[in-house]
Amino acid sequence: MSDQAHAVPGGVRLAHHFDDLEQQHESAQLGMWAFMLTEIMFFGGLFLCYIVYRNLYPEAWQLASHQLNVLMGGVNTAVLICSSLTMALAIRTAQTGGGRIPQIGWLALTLLFGTAFLVIKTFEYKEKFEHGLIPGPSFIDPSGHAAAVFGAEVRHARIFFSLYFIMTGLHAFHMIVGIGMMFWTMRCSWKGYYTASNYDGLEMFGLYWHFVDIVWIFLFPLLYLLGAHATGGGGHH
Amino acid sequence: MSGHTQHHIVPLRHYIGVFVALIVLTAATYLTALIDMGPLNTPVAMAIAIVKALLVILIFMHVKYSNRLIQTMVIASALWLMIMFGFAGGDYLTRGWISG
Repeated sequence: MSDQAHAVPGGVRLAHHFDDLEQQHESAQLGMWAFMLTEIMFFGGLFLCYIVYRNLYPEAWQLASHQLNVLMGGVNTAVLICSSLTMALAIRTAQTGGGRIPQIGWLALTLLFGTAFLVIKTFEYKEKFEHGLIPGPSFIDPSGHAAAVFGAEVRHARIFFSLYFIMTGLHAFHMIVGIGMMFWTMRCSWKGYYTASNYDGLEMFGLYWHFVDIVWIFLFPLLYLLGAHATGGGGHH
Repeated sequence: MSGHTQHHIVPLRHYIGVFVALIVLTAATYLTALIDMGPLNTPVAMAIAIVKALLVILIFMHVKYSNRLIQTMVIASALWLMIMFGFAGGDYLTRGWISG
């Protein structure tokens, strides 16, 4: 609440410990990128884990990747790209002094795309549950679906699915957090906090949103497309 | 040092251009994945993903128009990630070289 106390709707906000708005803006940017560096290293650890296990079990990786729904993953990639465009346009609207209604309009569209992503992801997860592709003791049950699909590679395929759920789950968690922050940003936009001379909050939220999009840009080919060229099933190496 | 700041405003057509490029590159990722290029499968997919990430970082995230400090921070992010991949990868990928 104290943060909002000196906020003048529709006016210029400069915190007392900064010389000018430019310095305040650069500090916000630097802090946001420092945070995103830690996020990159955080996701990086999981990508490293993926590289190590994929190098150990390439056949299982190809077979398991082939079980993912490329259409849903591809549509979700496009949905996130659309959301990144609308996010960039929301910031551009603030930069060019567009009123709060167009700002909120672009943010609402971004929210819509973000929600669509999570809805599609839910259907994908549901499909995996129904096919018994959930890592756990049942995954390696000899009479189960996974054992029938992966044969001798079933234990290694389970590692792939563990990583699939952790990586996409963590990404989805970031999307959920983003949607929560979206409501906050829309509220601030409604109150007229973002003007052409100061739209830092909106811009920093945009950076986060684009970062989450970039993570998916790497997840999509690495998780979904390994088995695409072996459509008949059964990898060939 | 005026109280009013003027940031670079990216022309609308650049945003649309980046958006179209990202969609086209997503299609390219899918289409190249249908072809078995042997050891080149993953490098090609990653090259496309890196180009897509750079488009988002430089244009959507305005890093192309940010100051040197921010640009250094972005490069440092990539560098730190490469240090982690390089050292850990160097360990795991060469373990088979030691026999016995």
